[in-house]
Amino acid sequence: MSLRATTSQTIGPYLRIGLEWMVIEDLAPQGVPGERVRIEGRIVDADGKPVNDAAVEIWQANSHGKYASAEDAQSNPLDSVFRGYGRSLTDDAGNFRFRTIKPGRVPGPEGSTQAPHVTVTIFMRGLLKQLQTRIYFADDPANAEDPVLALVPVERRPTLIAKKRADGALEWNVVLQGRNETVFFDF
Amino acid sequence: MSYRRPYRGTQPDYLFPPYASTVKRAPSQPLVVLPHTLSELTAPVFGYSDINPDDNDLTRQHKGEPLGERIVVSGRVLDENSRPLEGLLIEIWQANAAGRYNHRVDQHDAPLDPNFTGAGRAITNSEGRYRFVTIRPGEYPWRNHYNAWRPAHIHFSLFGPAIVTRLITQMYFPGDPLLEYDPMFTCVPDEKARNRLISLFDWETTIPEHALGYRFDIVLRGREATPMETPR
Ligand SMILES: [Fe+3]
Repeated sequence: MSLRATTSQTIGPYLRIGLEWMVIEDLAPQGVPGERVRIEGRIVDADGKPVNDAAVEIWQANSHGKYASAEDAQSNPLDSVFRGYGRSLTDDAGNFRFRTIKPGRVPGPEGSTQAPHVTVTIFMRGLLKQLQTRIYFADDPANAEDPVLALVPVERRPTLIAKKRADGALEWNVVLQGRNETVFFDF
Repeated sequence: MSYRRPYRGTQPDYLFPPYASTVKRAPSQPLVVLPHTLSELTAPVFGYSDINPDDNDLTRQHKGEPLGERIVVSGRVLDENSRPLEGLLIEIWQANAAGRYNHRVDQHDAPLDPNFTGAGRAITNSEGRYRFVTIRPGEYPWRNHYNAWRPAHIHFSLFGPAIVTRLITQMYFPGDPLLEYDPMFTCVPDEKARNRLISLFDWETTIPEHALGYRFDIVLRGREATPMETPR
């Protein structure tokens, strides 16, 4: 009776052909309310070598904690020009980058409220299905009560938290495998 | 509400040594099971205003006609509960008829085609249907193992109603002798799941004296029949 989801396959090395037309590294044009943030990072493999052929996609709520999606039934306001979706393709040094606004808090399971976070989906050659992870914001007191961070072993939580650099950008790196491996979710 | 977890054997693991690139890129630490919160149950919305109406015809993007055999690739996008999914963005990309990608890292010694880029876009209609006109991609060699060749395939990327339904996959062609040697095609143990990656020849969409039709239906994850979460 019920169907089964189609098997995932790797994005392969030639993703740019299909995905480059919709690179969105600046999610929040002028006028979108919220605290402006730059998120920058690098993806490395088990040998610490940069991954130069990854697609990094982000998805986030607006500053009022509302997703621009019909599936979000909350009454808080939408911002007309803010879609909340970004796509960056890593360069030769394995770097990706986004300019956006810090999202507001959204509901979590069982009446909880989640800390501000950005959902991250990563595709690359060598991944037969996407990796799912999250970016949280350093020094946000709400991190202490976030229901998803609470599921992550304490010593691995720092891999999910973007840290402020001297130049003002938030740095969030992805380590695919090995020491300091980023936390990935079974979704 | 949450989305159903994959049926056993129908989705690949990250580590699959026959596909050599997985060895240095697959996570080695345990994955953390993510509850499906509002962040996972929502997804960006795209529409006709994001694409051009002729983005689904890969044979008309240049001055001349691309070389190769014209084909029509169409199908439906449904969820696991057989519900057609309307208004989804589908992105495709592929090699040209000679098995060469229009990409700087493709070093295969086959000709580029100045009349073929190999990228297309479409939005599903109210019945979940999409349609592309393109040319049949060629097989191409890769360095995964001795004498490795990829079967002919088209890459598909789909956004669904939720972040957890996001899918990138590949469509294959019926009767391709390379399939059984291809570690991507064989990456899941469930044979039925593999075979659903193979398109079917489709008489209905074949255009007389112009193009053969292939049908490729795609299924995205569906919601659990009964809510798994405790009541709010
Ligand atoms: Fe390919």
